[in-house]
Amino acid sequence: MTTFAFAILLVISLLGYWLNRRTALAIRRDGARLHSLSGYHGLYSLLSILVPVFVLTIVWLIMQGSVVDSLIMNSLPEGVLDGLGEGQSQLILAEIKSLSRGQTFGTPEDWKIAAGSRLVSLQATSSMMLVAIVTLCALGLLILAKKRVTATFRARQGVEWIVSGLMVFCSVVAIFTTVGIVSSLAFETYKFLQMVPLTEFLFGLNWEPQIPIRADQVAAAGAFGWIPVIVGTLVITVVALFLAIPIGLFSAIYLNEFAPPLVRSTAKPILEVLAGVPTVVYGFFAILVVAPAIRSLGASLGIGVSPNTALAAGSVMGIMLVPFISSFADDALSAVPRSLRDGALALGATRAETVLNILFPAAIPGIVGGVLLAVSRAIGETMIVVMAAGLIANLTANPLESVTTVTVQIVTLLIGDTSFDNPKTLAAFALGMMLFIVTLIINIFALRFVRKYREAYD
Amino acid sequence: MSVITSELAAVSEESTTTAIRRSLARRKRKQVILQTLGITAISIAFLMLFILIASLVSTGHTAFIQTHVTLNVFVDPEEVPLSRLPRGNFDDVLAASLAKSIPGVDVSDRATMRKIEDIFSNGAQFKLRDMVVENPDLIGQTVELSVPVSDPYDQLNKDQIDRNTPEQLRRLKDNQLGYFDALQAAGMISTPINTGLITNADSRFPELAGLKGAIIGSFWALLVCFVISFPLGIGAAIYLEEFAPKNRISDIIEVNINNLAAVPSVVFGLLALAVFIGWFGLPRSVPFVGGLTLALMTMPTIIIATRAALKAVPPSIREAALGIGASRQQVVFGHVLPLAMPGILTGTIIGLAQALGETAPLLLIGMNAFITSAPSTPFDSATALPTQIFIWADSPERGFVSRTSAAILVLMAFLISMNAIAIFMRKKLERKW
Repeated sequence: MTTFAFAILLVISLLGYWLNRRTALAIRRDGARLHSLSGYHGLYSLLSILVPVFVLTIVWLIMQGSVVDSLIMNSLPEGVLDGLGEGQSQLILAEIKSLSRGQTFGTPEDWKIAAGSRLVSLQATSSMMLVAIVTLCALGLLILAKKRVTATFRARQGVEWIVSGLMVFCSVVAIFTTVGIVSSLAFETYKFLQMVPLTEFLFGLNWEPQIPIRADQVAAAGAFGWIPVIVGTLVITVVALFLAIPIGLFSAIYLNEFAPPLVRSTAKPILEVLAGVPTVVYGFFAILVVAPAIRSLGASLGIGVSPNTALAAGSVMGIMLVPFISSFADDALSAVPRSLRDGALALGATRAETVLNILFPAAIPGIVGGVLLAVSRAIGETMIVVMAAGLIANLTANPLESVTTVTVQIVTLLIGDTSFDNPKTLAAFALGMMLFIVTLIINIFALRFVRKYREAYD
Repeated sequence: MSVITSELAAVSEESTTTAIRRSLARRKRKQVILQTLGITAISIAFLMLFILIASLVSTGHTAFIQTHVTLNVFVDPEEVPLSRLPRGNFDDVLAASLAKSIPGVDVSDRATMRKIEDIFSNGAQFKLRDMVVENPDLIGQTVELSVPVSDPYDQLNKDQIDRNTPEQLRRLKDNQLGYFDALQAAGMISTPINTGLITNADSRFPELAGLKGAIIGSFWALLVCFVISFPLGIGAAIYLEEFAPKNRISDIIEVNINNLAAVPSVVFGLLALAVFIGWFGLPRSVPFVGGLTLALMTMPTIIIATRAALKAVPPSIREAALGIGASRQQVVFGHVLPLAMPGILTGTIIGLAQALGETAPLLLIGMNAFITSAPSTPFDSATALPTQIFIWADSPERGFVSRTSAAILVLMAFLISMNAIAIFMRKKLERKW
């Protein structure tokens, strides 16, 4: 039905284009001089039908669900919802919905069956109304637009005004996204902080979110201190950087200064392949190859290594970051002005001395910016650690033990069915908020570093 | 005097030269060390890439073929009566036919017969059932049927099970090895190319599991992502690059877009979960929501690529068009945008390739559900390629290891071809000014 509504809208707007264009052409044929080209008259009609009705349809579709739900819940017989919490009435609604889809479990009460059939009819009515309203509005706008076609009508300005509005809307979507991220995280975090005090979250040394869901369930009491989680994240990040920074930097120096052009032009795309590998692939690589290798190496040395060690996850993440760091370092080295390099070489410095003493210090801000961005990537990286790191929060700095990370906790807390009313789910949003803040701060620093550095030589 | 000075000079000259020579040797050594370090670093990176690909290929290539057993099934009217269709003891029929080919099997022993049943995949009986339901005349006749064998036997045939391990540690006991050898000796075992990997949807049984649902799910999600992010991204980029006044608001938008490009993907998943599913009440696990989420993540990439492409169009084009009386929008939409299009499309394809490999946000909106049918619209529950890889990587069955690697190879094939198209377009279409 919705597709039908969109189809009607499209047909009517195309009709509007054709009608207005034909009218404009007729006016010109009668000898009048048009202000705008006939195509603009058509476009004006098309846009002034399409845009408002499309927005209306989207709003309708977003609202439809909740309006229908509340109509159903209000129409239930007196007394059946008395004394029920929000969760239980949600369950009843879900049952009615599955009844309306024809899925019957057990023997539902008669009033539920009645509500189910009412839901079906309400949904049908709603879609019929949508189609009717779309048709009426579109036709109304069609007539309005048709009336405006005159020789002096400034159709081009009208079209350009609408198009400008659309473009402004497009650029504001990015802002909406950020606002959406911040507000949704803040909203759920606020609910979380009403159940768990902020000091416990920020400074607590225990993270045991496995709280009982039902009253009779045996589970831990629940502890929500994020320190062990962020420490685990940092351990893995440090391991990753230990691997990625030297490899990335030295390969950038080699490619930039020493490599023959042929090597450079083949090596750079190969490094880019490493950058394009999806992280879920790296995660599988970690559990398939790296973790068993580290474990058997540890066994042969007589060191106990836990099965999902931070070392495995960290080193695979390091491989992922190599192309990232090397491309940033390469850009930074290439951006150092030629005069500095030529000056050093003319004074008799070897190429190694030029790189180490002249180019590298000059490129440091760019390289640091790149490393900072790599840190923020490592902290926010999800799939590698979800697959290869541990689930239990473990306050340790030993990379041979199993640690967990912020992203692992977010994913494990939210996988499966989630309801937005217990601290376990909300804790994931609180962690997400902290992750967002930390990465945002690092990114702003990094971008500022890079930009400042670019200004220095441009 | 002069003799002495000249002698001194000769001595010091000699020592300076040797000193310089010595230090030069040291300095050259330093250069060699730096160069060696660089070559080592780059070789390590390449080695890692090689190990990554080699391990995926070596574990994944076996999933591209599948062991089948071909048998003549006598559809026994007593086990499968016409009146009970589509019900019937199809598994017993299959087991009885298979038992005939293995010498020394006691058909009346139930335990042995169950072992025999385990040789072929659980899906075999449904294949037979569908054949019989479609053509009930087959009842009472003998049909030739090629069905996949179950995972342990598939592994055995691919030499993944070592016959030398002690019996109690092996997944297949000695008598089971005997059954298989008998079938092989009878020429009933074949290894055709595993088309099921592409044409089947997900399954609990590795030998039946395929990527159809995941590929179609990814397709829908990418389509939604493209339809939303492409126009929005281009619109925003054109506005910011060509029309926006240079003021605080434009600055904020610009900083905001750069930051959005660096927000961790899992945060977008949280946004989708809270807003699209929690507030708007959109359903879980559907490619439409996945596509919406990916669109928000891809948009900054497209905006940045589009702005770079617009910037690359020389100002003379704009000035010429303005000079002959075009309006600013006519300049942009008639001249600048068409010239920038190859660059924009290249950036978009690269952005979509990133979106195709993105996993974390899809996990949070529930696209890692177990779904055994392919979605027919973007509003049906589905998985996507990367989440399917995640599910299979988590599955304990041995056969899923090679399936996971094979799925990764399929995903990488898609990514590589998308990137190849992007590179091709950049080479062929982009203009140098």
